[in-house]
Amino acid sequence: MQRARKNSAPKEDPAPMEITGAEMVVRAIVEQGTDTVFGYPGGAVLPIYDALFKQNSLRHILMRHEQAATHAAEGYARSTGKVAAVIVTSGPGATNAVTGLTDALMDSIPMVCITGQVPSHLIGSDAFQEADTTGITRSCTKYNYLVRDVNDLGRIMHEAFYIARIGRPGPVLVDVPKNILNQSGVYSGKQVSERKSYNPQTVGSERQVEKAIELMANAKRPVFYVGGGIVNAGEEACKHLTDFVRMTGFPITNTLMGLGSFPASDPQFIGMLGMHGSLEANMAMHDCDVMICIGARFDDRVTGKLDGFSPKSKKIHVDIDPSSISKNVHAHVAIIGDAGIVVGQMANAWKKRNPQLDKTAYKNWWKQIDGWRAKNSFSYQSVKNVIKPQYALEQLYEAVRKRDFYVTTDVGQHQMWAAQFLKFERPLRWMTSGGLGTMGYGFPSAIGVQIAHPGKTVICVTGEASFLMNIQELSTVAQYNLPVKILLLNNGYMGMVRQWQEMFHGERYSESFMDGLPDFVKLAEAYGIKGLRATKVSEAEKVIKEMLAHKGPVLVDMVVDKSENVYPMIPAGAAHNEIVLGPDSRNDGKLDKNQV
Amino acid sequence: MSDIVYDIPEVKETAVRHTLAVLVDNEFGVLARVIGLFSGRGYNIESLTVAEVEHDQKLSRITIVTSGSEMVIEQIKRLLERMVPVHKVNDLTTEGVHIEREVTLVKIRNNTPNTEEALRIADVFRARAVDTSQDSFVFEVTDTSDKIDAFIDLMRPLGMTEMARSGVVAIAAGKKK
Repeated sequence: MQRARKNSAPKEDPAPMEITGAEMVVRAIVEQGTDTVFGYPGGAVLPIYDALFKQNSLRHILMRHEQAATHAAEGYARSTGKVAAVIVTSGPGATNAVTGLTDALMDSIPMVCITGQVPSHLIGSDAFQEADTTGITRSCTKYNYLVRDVNDLGRIMHEAFYIARIGRPGPVLVDVPKNILNQSGVYSGKQVSERKSYNPQTVGSERQVEKAIELMANAKRPVFYVGGGIVNAGEEACKHLTDFVRMTGFPITNTLMGLGSFPASDPQFIGMLGMHGSLEANMAMHDCDVMICIGARFDDRVTGKLDGFSPKSKKIHVDIDPSSISKNVHAHVAIIGDAGIVVGQMANAWKKRNPQLDKTAYKNWWKQIDGWRAKNSFSYQSVKNVIKPQYALEQLYEAVRKRDFYVTTDVGQHQMWAAQFLKFERPLRWMTSGGLGTMGYGFPSAIGVQIAHPGKTVICVTGEASFLMNIQELSTVAQYNLPVKILLLNNGYMGMVRQWQEMFHGERYSESFMDGLPDFVKLAEAYGIKGLRATKVSEAEKVIKEMLAHKGPVLVDMVVDKSENVYPMIPAGAAHNEIVLGPDSRNDGKLDKNQV
Repeated sequence: MSDIVYDIPEVKETAVRHTLAVLVDNEFGVLARVIGLFSGRGYNIESLTVAEVEHDQKLSRITIVTSGSEMVIEQIKRLLERMVPVHKVNDLTTEGVHIEREVTLVKIRNNTPNTEEALRIADVFRARAVDTSQDSFVFEVTDTSDKIDAFIDLMRPLGMTEMARSGVVAIAAGKKK
């Protein structure tokens, strides 16, 4: 029986070999091009950990909670475009991974999660650390498997990676009983595993593309609405998108998940849209006559009240998932396909059509948009005695803008301010939990990103409530000496919850005050990690620069204003033109009737 | 991949009954996944049958009768089609004429004043008696769901003690010129 020798990479052996199930798992991951796996050991997966010990091609990162392992995998996958891998044990290991799997499903992140399982003959007998993993994860994965025969394991592993990667990416779970990991079987290497039943369409219908281009050519008030789908399509795809958008000269807005797909500094970019998006983005979406949606799904945070959403426009919807088309909002022209490929098709059709745009309408549309821009909807009041969270993020952006930086966030007010004030010129640099909104995502995700990009600047922007959810990962950072920079905006509250309680629940701050907080600097130092604190406005810039200059991991406890609210806001159930501007934007809180 | 995406139907609010034939891989957990889709999103299953139809290629056919507005039916079809183990979804209700059948087994008390009436009605419905004993008869009827509903309604007051139904199987009719 062949064993992988230490210090050797398993070659792609075309001849079938007889190896144990555990060795098959390790081999398959490496053959698929994934060099790192995030995990946590346990009884049911000891055979895999034994196989890991005996080889050097697959690196294992020991997290401190299975949920953190899945979020780290998400950070790895989103920042590289590769399929990430996770190994957790049976029972509680698998159930702890459910949150991360659901998060990956909502945000379309490619991931393969291998869970241990009790031996086959014990399944269903309420054995120690047994859980119905496949039953529990059926609705939170793209597909899942329970391996029954070790000779199927190789095929299943490669198929799992295939399914995770193609079409709309997502998490795939492979549940392997312990006896199968120990058994020997025939492994045939990386086959071209196509699944006959699963063949998503990637090239758009030329007829539909022409219809779309025709609509765009005659548009008087067009707007691009671009989401995470183009980021999933890759950096090349985002480059094609950038060229196409520049060719048309149309304004473009991004969803939270789409930030970075188009350079934020480009004047055609009108900011993020949605519940906390810019005034110009939301008003442009409301008043446009042609909306070109690429890789976005008309989520309720974006549309607000559906029957008031962009009532006068015709919508073009480019998506790889047919079930997203006309699910919430009727699409007049639907194009099924990979966002990158379809954008290429559209660009070619546009060049061929060579439309003469209505110059007057075009000028008036941009004049309207510039009018909304002038209201400066993200503005805030700078004060002398307390650091405003927006100010902290502006300082951060100024300090990192000249380098290639990566940002992960948790969920809440800090997430929205990070999206508003940090500008991304390139995709795959912004990692956040959009669809599921998982607090506790940011820190482990930053670990995954740093592992994938060892020399780069990785910053986790977080709040003290979110950070406490996966705080045990400070141990992981210390173990691998990962130079992750944690910028903790400490306002002593669950900020977003407090804001909603202020606005909609008569200021009844029920359970949103964070009592019993630790001294974060002392806590970091307890793990051997540098801790810094800033409480005064004059300290903010200096501390951020010190954080970035330090060669190892750093936690910055930045104490910020407790009562700041995120503006603008489209209250839940309201339409885009019912947007509420902050007291500090140049509008005294009311919109000009003529502009609505 | 069908053209259903490009011909978006108009929004109609009234609930319509559709019969779907879904061709799936005969793999562990596939039926649970399909049912999970319906239960997870609150869609309605009126009846469901499943059996293997191709042994070599390991294919099964699930026949589902569901109801909902036209938009809901569209969503159901697309969500089924994007599932990994699903090969094809045919909406038999919209794809022309189709044949539907259901099987029912009905147990009726023997040697009562109603027994003769029951036997006469069974004759009308071309029911076969598949079991007889001192106390009971068992009738088998294979017909459309409507006819079976009628048969059961008639048998209920005539001494029916137990009843089992199979759910609908359906197949598209051949193309007639």
